[in-house]
Amino acid sequence: MSSVVHTQDTPLHDLTQDPRYIGHSPERPSARRLVQGQGCYVDDIELPRMAHVVYWRSPVAHCRITRIQADFARRMPGVLLVADGPMLAKICKPWVATLGHLAHMKSAPQYPLAMERAYWQGEPVVAIVADTRAQAEDALQYLQVEWELLPAVVNMETALDPSTPVIHPELGDNLCFTRSLDTGGVDDAFAQADQVVNTTFEFGRHTGVTLEPRCQIADWRTAEQQLTVYHSQQAPHMMQDLYARQFDIPESSVRVICKDVGGSFGIKVHAYPDDFATVALSMMLGRPVKFVADRMESFTSDIHARHHRIDARIAVRNNGDILAFEIDDLTGIGPFSMFPRTSAIEGNQVVNLVGGPYKHQHYRAKLNVVFQNKTPTCQYRGVGHPIACAVTEGLVDMAARAIAMDPLEIRRRNVIPDDAYPCSGISGIKLEGLSHQACLDKLESLMNYPALRAEQAALREQGIYRGIGIAALIELTNPSAAFYGVGGARIASQDGATARLDPNGGVTVMVSVGEQGQGNDAIYTQIAADAVGVDMAQVRVVTGDTEVTPYGGGTWASRGAGIGGEAVLLAGQALRANVLKVAAVILKREVGEIDLHRGQVVDANTREVLTPLTEVGRIAYFRSDLLPNDFTPELTVTRHYAQRDYPFIFTNGMQASYVEVDPDTGFVKLLQHWAVEDCGRVINPRLVDEQIRGAIVQGIGGAMLEECLYDDQGLMLNANMADYLVPMCAEMPDIHVAHVQTPTKSSQLGAKGAGEAGTAGAPAAVMNAINDALAPFKAQVLSQPFTPEKVLKALGKV
Amino acid sequence: MSDLHTIRLHVNGQPHSCAIPPRLHLVDMLRDELGLKGSHLGCEHGVCGACTVEVDGRIVRGCLTLAVQADGTQVRTVEGLSDLPDARVLQEAFVKHNALQCGFCTPGMLMAARELVQHKPDATREEVREWMSGNYCRCTGYHAIVDAVCDVLAQRHQEAAA
Repeated sequence: MSSVVHTQDTPLHDLTQDPRYIGHSPERPSARRLVQGQGCYVDDIELPRMAHVVYWRSPVAHCRITRIQADFARRMPGVLLVADGPMLAKICKPWVATLGHLAHMKSAPQYPLAMERAYWQGEPVVAIVADTRAQAEDALQYLQVEWELLPAVVNMETALDPSTPVIHPELGDNLCFTRSLDTGGVDDAFAQADQVVNTTFEFGRHTGVTLEPRCQIADWRTAEQQLTVYHSQQAPHMMQDLYARQFDIPESSVRVICKDVGGSFGIKVHAYPDDFATVALSMMLGRPVKFVADRMESFTSDIHARHHRIDARIAVRNNGDILAFEIDDLTGIGPFSMFPRTSAIEGNQVVNLVGGPYKHQHYRAKLNVVFQNKTPTCQYRGVGHPIACAVTEGLVDMAARAIAMDPLEIRRRNVIPDDAYPCSGISGIKLEGLSHQACLDKLESLMNYPALRAEQAALREQGIYRGIGIAALIELTNPSAAFYGVGGARIASQDGATARLDPNGGVTVMVSVGEQGQGNDAIYTQIAADAVGVDMAQVRVVTGDTEVTPYGGGTWASRGAGIGGEAVLLAGQALRANVLKVAAVILKREVGEIDLHRGQVVDANTREVLTPLTEVGRIAYFRSDLLPNDFTPELTVTRHYAQRDYPFIFTNGMQASYVEVDPDTGFVKLLQHWAVEDCGRVINPRLVDEQIRGAIVQGIGGAMLEECLYDDQGLMLNANMADYLVPMCAEMPDIHVAHVQTPTKSSQLGAKGAGEAGTAGAPAAVMNAINDALAPFKAQVLSQPFTPEKVLKALGKV
Repeated sequence: MSDLHTIRLHVNGQPHSCAIPPRLHLVDMLRDELGLKGSHLGCEHGVCGACTVEVDGRIVRGCLTLAVQADGTQVRTVEGLSDLPDARVLQEAFVKHNALQCGFCTPGMLMAARELVQHKPDATREEVREWMSGNYCRCTGYHAIVDAVCDVLAQRHQEAAA
């Protein structure tokens, strides 16, 4: 179970007059519905005249489409339409995914379906629409596509070699983006160091594997010229904007509805070619078209992430002072930068975040983001953090080993102290307020570090090799417009909430940030109930409909609590004030003399109940004749919030992993995992714990199991759920979570994000634990995923 | 595509007669013919467990079982679980421990958990983890699911002792 401490000895101040829910862990409103099988995911929706689309996808990494013979397929039962790239390009414009603030970034135009060339295995080429999914799949067997194999750029290491073919000749080379950062003094720092550790880290390409595949229903109504898209998506307003622009229709003609979403993790925050294709098909047919990816096509068409090779070094003095970090990062992103967030962000984040927790004064970084003929990569939970954290923390542990210092001690000595904020990190990032020292102390006691070290030593005597790994992390949350808006992407950094008093005294809150299982619906209910002054049972939260909620960014970059939550708080406070104005008129009292308490209007001094909210609602809505002519109740209010004090509000945390390595088989058993997290004010401790735990296991997946394996022709070898390994219940450790709270001053609520920190820190902690266990053998593993084979190779056994 | 077969079965206690193609999978019949959308399709090749349903008292993969194989059987889906006291206890424990996030795996998880509670009432935490490994969850990291199942096992022991 979680425990909560604060950076100050005093508890956090109360946000509202009668705080009953914020800071507690009430039940999630949606949980009861979901355990009874009453969710409503996209594939559960059936519309009249709905047709189904399946896509023929490129079976090879790079080819020229020479002929599409669709006559047989068109004659199959139930088939309504067979369409190719040029047909769809007549109604949907191509896009180029770059951002203005990423200097000299480039990419090539991309279309809903491949035009003359297909650039990766899994790229959609031909659409077949039929009355049923089975009929469409049957017809797919009769579609004949002829292609000419083209040379594929597979290996990112050679993508920039002069002898390597250029995927998009008009771009000149296979370089999407490059960036260098140099604080100066780096060479001197390395020259002055007592120890320099040089090494190379590798990160396997992996993907999100949302249990519900990507899916949508596009419904173009010809009479109204109105598009409704039911979408399993994280950012409905972003998609509304993109559909409007790519199809050249008014934004007001597009409605995006996101009901229950079966896992997202960043996979469902991008605009995929088949998203636009499905909409185009609905427009061509004038009827609803449903697309549900099957698992095989999910593996080659969902974005991948995290394939990096990083040469890295650290300079340290014998007293433990870290002097400098230097990295050279290479990442392969597929043939296109992904729309609209771009595929350069991940590498850019790595450059920003390496060394993040520490107070060294010298840093140099180089980044190359290259094109290749593999599935496009883009932002997946953690976005660059797990890579930066593993590089940083791996180097710190190696430095500690080189100077024979305890891993906790070297971190304690080098973290930016808790009283140094606000300050800038060495890469230029602005840090408002972090608590590395408090988290380190808390972690040390939570895991009982000295006892664990003693146990480790005792077991080593018996030939049992256990290891302890520590990882300090920072996480970027609550982004301002600096993330996308300034670069020209129409992705909102602000969000809004509309709060309405209903006639029966209930409160309906419409929020532009949605819910994909994190529990946003729960925390918005808690915040609204406390802010207005009603029971949680009286609050209903509505999200996921561009026609209903205020405009906003949705869920990404751990912004649901900090941005959406603040908007709900402001709306709730404003509604409370307006309710009291109405009550004062009804009761013929001054506003200052009355108060709103648990669903009732009371005398502010005596606390005597004056009237229930149901009566305020009744008179305001049904008996306006009883109110003065010059007074109109305003019982629906909207408030917006954007974080503008910093580019991002960083959070921090510490994780630890305890593992046992079998030197004979290379198998690693994960025994325990600990996480101390500072996400500012904790709105719902249980939900934060569960975000941390789920994210840690996703991080462990990348570190231990998950990898999209390709052959030298660019074909994915394990594009199914049996061969692509994800964490299972029996392999995962118990995860112990504790909190430190350093509220952000950029909002009243003080909440920062918590959704990605677990993924950021887990791979580093696990890697360091494995290498601690392997230390007696003078072996180490630095290439994720850490498979038994790699462990045995490190031990020289295979 | 092919001749239809008529099968008769009970689903959540209700009798049904369905004329279906022989290639139709059980979960597709439940979802598309009977409108029972609570069982989900995560992988369609028998790995993830989101489609887990009960046939004649044993859990099966709904995506690997043909609907014709269910002729003459008693099928139970998540929609029918709330009628069963032992399943309701599990549902309550899942809610209490927040043993679900997006909820997509949850119907299958509950099916697997109910069979565990019935067949291995003395399961240790490790055995619960082992048993539940046939069902994937990408959200929770499993800790809360294991907590919920262990909580139900402990409750049953307390009730038996009382």
